[in-house]
Amino acid sequence: MALPPLDSPQWHHSFRAFLWGARSITATVLTLVLFATYLGIGALAHDSGFSLLWTLVSTAFVWAGPAQIIVITTLGSGATILQSAIAVTVSAIRLFPMVVSVLPMMRTEQTKRRHLILVAHLTAVTLWVECFRFLPQVPRERRIAFIHGLGCGLVCVCLIANTIGYALAANLSQLLGAGILMLTPLAFLFSTARNCRELADVIALVLGLLLFPVASLLNSGVDILVSGVVAGTIAYGVHRARAGA
Amino acid sequence: MSSFIGDWHALLVLLVAGVLPNQIWRMLGLWFGGGIDEGSELLVWVRAVATAILAGVIAQIVVQPPSALASVPDWLRYGAVVAGFAVFLLSRKSIFAGVIAGEIVLLSGKYWLG
Repeated sequence: MALPPLDSPQWHHSFRAFLWGARSITATVLTLVLFATYLGIGALAHDSGFSLLWTLVSTAFVWAGPAQIIVITTLGSGATILQSAIAVTVSAIRLFPMVVSVLPMMRTEQTKRRHLILVAHLTAVTLWVECFRFLPQVPRERRIAFIHGLGCGLVCVCLIANTIGYALAANLSQLLGAGILMLTPLAFLFSTARNCRELADVIALVLGLLLFPVASLLNSGVDILVSGVVAGTIAYGVHRARAGA
Repeated sequence: MSSFIGDWHALLVLLVAGVLPNQIWRMLGLWFGGGIDEGSELLVWVRAVATAILAGVIAQIVVQPPSALASVPDWLRYGAVVAGFAVFLLSRKSIFAGVIAGEIVLLSGKYWLG
């Protein structure tokens, strides 16, 4: 699927842009990966004793795969609400810099903060990656509508996947369960690697992978934050050193 | 129908344990990110930290795997990631080819081990 050229009348209406965004879910393999991941989350929720409505509400309002896996496995295994909330919030810290780096791509002079609330909510790794790929092909004043369409399309796919996974859960073998859980790290790794534009991004990815096992020795509860800030700052330092040289 | 809804208490727990601790970071991003310029140096650092935190999430799932994935031996999980990454590079950065290759290694290895 190719998007219309930037000067096409197709972009004159926000609603058209929304539909182009929604149709773009067919132009990325990450949609398939999300589908399989949310199939797995549906099955996991079923096996952990949560209702289907609960599962769908978590997808619509949490909208972050790792956080949903964490909340289901921790609550399902008897952790307290506080323990579960802390684990979720640590995994969600990555959303902060993602939102900060995505929003400037679609802001115009007229954009108010409230226009960006839904975009912020829809921001997760898939949308973050696809913003860098799709948005240069979308006129700036239609980008918010386009992302609303893309994000809502992805949420719908995942709600359907949840329902199917929930229904299939009883028949899911341990082999298939392991395969589905492995999709998240593989897809995250390759989509982030493809998204690397500058040397700083590559260094951040490689160091982030290598430093996590070291940081996890601290057992601080915020290991991901520690390794992430250290690796990201070193990568930025290299970027600065090269720019200055 | 009641089995579809479950109990309301569980939904309240979801709000407190799942929705709010996750959503707060997005709303903080919206609050602080409003004024940052697209080409600014701060954004380079922020993006590097986002990438590195994501790398940490990836490493955590592989190194400290949840439920069914924990039944796969360490070497097989690492092998699947390495094989997938090699195919990803060889296929001129096809996410699909990389994911499929990693999954084939993981599933056939696990099937073979029994």
